[in-house]
Amino acid sequence: MLDRRTFLAASALWLASSTSLTHASEIREHMPWSPFPSSEPHIERPGPWKFFTADEARAMEAIVDRIIPPDRETPGGKDAGCAVFIDRQLKGPYGASSGLYKLGPYVKGIKQQGSQSPVTPAELYRKGLANLDRICKVNNGGKGFADLSADEQDSVLKTIESGTVEFEDVDAQGFFDALLKDVPEGFFSDPIHGGNRDMVGWKMIGFPGIRYDYRDWIGRHNERYPYPPVSIMGRADWTPHKA
Amino acid sequence: MSRKLPAKDVVIVGLGWTGSIMAYELADAGLDVIAIERGPWRNTATDYPPGYAADELRYRIRHDLFLRPEQTTFTFRNKMNQTALPIRSWGAFMPPNGVGGGGVHWNAETWRFLPSDFVARTHLVNRYGADFLPKDMTIQDWGITYDDLEPHYDRFEYLCGTSGQAGNVNGQIIEGGNPFEGPRSRPYPNPPQQQPFGATLFAKAARELGYKPFPQPSGNMSQPYRNPLGVRLGPCTYCGFCEWFGCGNYSKATPQTTILPALLRKQNFSLRDNSEVTRINLDASGKRATGVTFVDTDGNEWEQPADLVILSAYTIFNVQLLLLSGIGEPYDPIADTGTVGRNFTHQTISDVTSFFDPAKFVFNPFIASGAIGMCIDEFNGDNFDHGPHGFVGGGYMGQVQTNGRPIETTPVPPGTPAWGAEWKKAVKENYQSALKPGTGVHGSMYSYRDVYVDLDPTYKDRFGRPLARMTIDFHDNELKQNKFLTDKFAEIFKAMGAKQIKKEYRKGPYDITKYQTTHLCGGAIMGTVPGNSTLNRYLQSWDVPNLFVTGASAFPQNPGYNPTGTVAALAYWTADAIRSKYLKNPGRLIDA
Repeated sequence: MLDRRTFLAASALWLASSTSLTHASEIREHMPWSPFPSSEPHIERPGPWKFFTADEARAMEAIVDRIIPPDRETPGGKDAGCAVFIDRQLKGPYGASSGLYKLGPYVKGIKQQGSQSPVTPAELYRKGLANLDRICKVNNGGKGFADLSADEQDSVLKTIESGTVEFEDVDAQGFFDALLKDVPEGFFSDPIHGGNRDMVGWKMIGFPGIRYDYRDWIGRHNERYPYPPVSIMGRADWTPHKA
Repeated sequence: MSRKLPAKDVVIVGLGWTGSIMAYELADAGLDVIAIERGPWRNTATDYPPGYAADELRYRIRHDLFLRPEQTTFTFRNKMNQTALPIRSWGAFMPPNGVGGGGVHWNAETWRFLPSDFVARTHLVNRYGADFLPKDMTIQDWGITYDDLEPHYDRFEYLCGTSGQAGNVNGQIIEGGNPFEGPRSRPYPNPPQQQPFGATLFAKAARELGYKPFPQPSGNMSQPYRNPLGVRLGPCTYCGFCEWFGCGNYSKATPQTTILPALLRKQNFSLRDNSEVTRINLDASGKRATGVTFVDTDGNEWEQPADLVILSAYTIFNVQLLLLSGIGEPYDPIADTGTVGRNFTHQTISDVTSFFDPAKFVFNPFIASGAIGMCIDEFNGDNFDHGPHGFVGGGYMGQVQTNGRPIETTPVPPGTPAWGAEWKKAVKENYQSALKPGTGVHGSMYSYRDVYVDLDPTYKDRFGRPLARMTIDFHDNELKQNKFLTDKFAEIFKAMGAKQIKKEYRKGPYDITKYQTTHLCGGAIMGTVPGNSTLNRYLQSWDVPNLFVTGASAFPQNPGYNPTGTVAALAYWTADAIRSKYLKNPGRLIDA
C-alpha cells in the first residue's frame, strides 16, 4: 500500500525538522517520565554572524535602525540586536521554511490562499539585500544602503513599501513585509533568541516578561505594575559576572 | 507489508480531549483499549515548564506545539470553480498534534450551547418561517437535545474544574450569570476567575447599556481543585501565556491535567505515540471495521485489529480518514447526494480595538488567563429577534483579552505608520492603555450547500495520500450578522470612554491566512436519518456500526460559542451509549 522508500525519506525529513526528536513508543501503566526538560530552548549567544556576510550585516543593521529608530529613552533595532536575531533565525529552521508544506506543484494562487512561493526566508533576504544594495548604488553614485543618510534610507524603504520599486528575482514587497514582521519580533521576543538585548523592548512598554505569576496583581486595577522584566535567561542582577 | 498486532476490544484514533474521554470510559468498563496518536507524548514538566513556557516566539509565532504542514495539510479554495492550493503555513486555524491534542494549547473557554442551537432548523422555521433562511443554507437539527446532553456537560465541567458563575440552575435565574444559558443541574465546580481592570470596565458599561454581563466560563482554575478522578490542578496565576502555549502551572484543564494520570494507571489501556493512522480497515462486506492501519516514525506499518473503532482526530482528519477508508458516501454538492464532507463550517470572528487616554488608564494587559473576561450573550443564537435584521445566528461578545504578549499585542491607533519613529512612539504610548480582545465577537457560521470537504485531486501528503480539500467562503448571512454584532460591541467600548475605536469587521472572501479560531466543524455530521448525516445521534456511523466518530466534525452547523464543552459532552454521551446500550447488543443503536 505504502511506498516504504517514499515514506522513509519523508519521515526522516520530518524528524530532522521537529523539535521533539522522539520515535514512536508504546506507553502503558505509567505517565512517561524522564528527569529534566526534553525540549529545552536553544539559546543564541553573541558572536560572529552566522548567516549574513559582513556587507549584508552592515545593511541589515542600518535597516533595523530605520524600522525601529533609536530615541532618547530606548535603543533602536541595531543596539537591541534585531539584526543578530534575524541572522540566527535565517540560519535556523525559519530560514529554511522547515516544517512547512513544500510539495508541488507550485501555482500562483489568489491572495486569500496564502503564500505559494517556494522561496525560503533565507533566499528572500539574500536576494532582497543584494537588490537593495544594487538599487542604492545605481541611484547614489555607488553608495550602498548602509552608507546613505537616515533620511535617504527612509525614502528608499518607502519606495519599496509603496511598491514603486521592483527587484529583479524576488518580490520586493514580500521582502519588506518580512522585515516588518521579523524586526519587531527581534525587538520583542525573549533575549534568548538574540534580540531584545537587555530586554529593552520590554522595558519600553512595561512588559514584565516571563514572571508568570500575577495573582497579587489581578485585583489591583489601574495601578502600574512596578517590577522590571525577567527573561528565560533570568536577569543580569540575578546572574553576577564570574571572574 | 504491515505487521499485525494482537487484537484489542477498542482502538482509538487520536488522543486529544475526546480520545482521552472515550479511552477512560471504555477502559473503565473493562474493555482492552489502545490509543494511537500521530504526535509525541507531552507533559508539563518536560515539555513546557514555567522556566521557558512563556516563549512567545517559539510557541506563538513559530507554532512549536502544533502539527507541521510538512506532516500533512489541507488544500483550500473559496469557490467550486477555483483550483484549491495547499496551506503551506498555518493561518486561519491551528491543527493540533500530540497527546492531549488541542486540549494542550487551548484557552479553556468552556461553554455550553443554547437549547435552541440543537434544534436550529426547527426553531428558526417555527419562529420566522422557512423563507427567512437563505435558500442554500443547509442547517439542520442535531438529533439530540440540550436536556440529553446536560448531564454530560456537567461531567466535563466537573472533570475540568471549570470556573464560572451559573446563570440558570434548574430553571432558576441567578444574578451575575448568563441568563440565556440552558438550565444546569448544579453550579460550576469553581467560582469565576478574578477579572482584570479592562473586563471590569466593560461589564460596568454593558450593565449601564442594559445588558447582563457575566464572567466567561474558564477551564483555568480560580482555586486549587481535585477532580472526581482524583487528579489535582493548581490555581491559575494569570501569566498571560495560555492559548498557543502549554500551561506550566498545571492550572489549565487539559487531558494531561485532568484525565491521563488516571487513564494511564489502568492496566487495560495502552498508547502508541508518534504513530499515524492511515486508514480504517473494513471486512469484505464493507459494513464492519476490522481495525486500523498505522505507520510509526521509523516507517514501520502496523495493523491493529479491534472490535470497536473510535475515530477522534481533529475535524478535517476525521473526514479525510472516512473518505480515504471508503466509509459512507462522499458528499456531492452538485447532485446534493452523499453526506461525508457536507455541512463543513468554521466561525465568524471580528474584533474591536479601543484606545484610551494613557494618562488615565493602565490596563496591565499581560495579566490575563486564556478564558478571562466579561461577556454578554444578548446577541447569541436566537436570544434576540432576528426579524428586523434579515439574518440568522449570532455570537457572544466580550472583553476577553487573553494576553499582552508584545509581538502579538502592541496595538497602534488607525493611521499610525507601520514602522519608524512614529510607530515606535505609538507602541510605547498605547501598550498599557489599549484594549484588544482576542476574539471579541465570537459569531456562528451556519452551513451551506457549497461549503464542504472532499479529497484534493492534485496534492498529496507525505504518504502519497490525497490531502483533504476545503471549499469555503463567507455567505451574506454571516457577513450581515458580523456587521450587526461588531457595531453593538463597539458601542460598549464607546460607553467605557475610549477615545478612539478601531472596528475590524469580518469581510469576505474567506482568507486562509487570517486567524479566526481553530473551530472547524462539520463534515461528518450527526443527524436524524442516514440521508442527512454520516452519524446517528450517538455519533455512530450509519454505515459501519462498530465505528464511532467524536469531535466537532459531528456539528451540523457551528453555533456562536467555543466548541470544546459540547465536543466533550458529546464524547461522554457517546461513551455512555456504548457502555449502556452498544456493549449489550453490538449493532446499530438506531434503526435506519
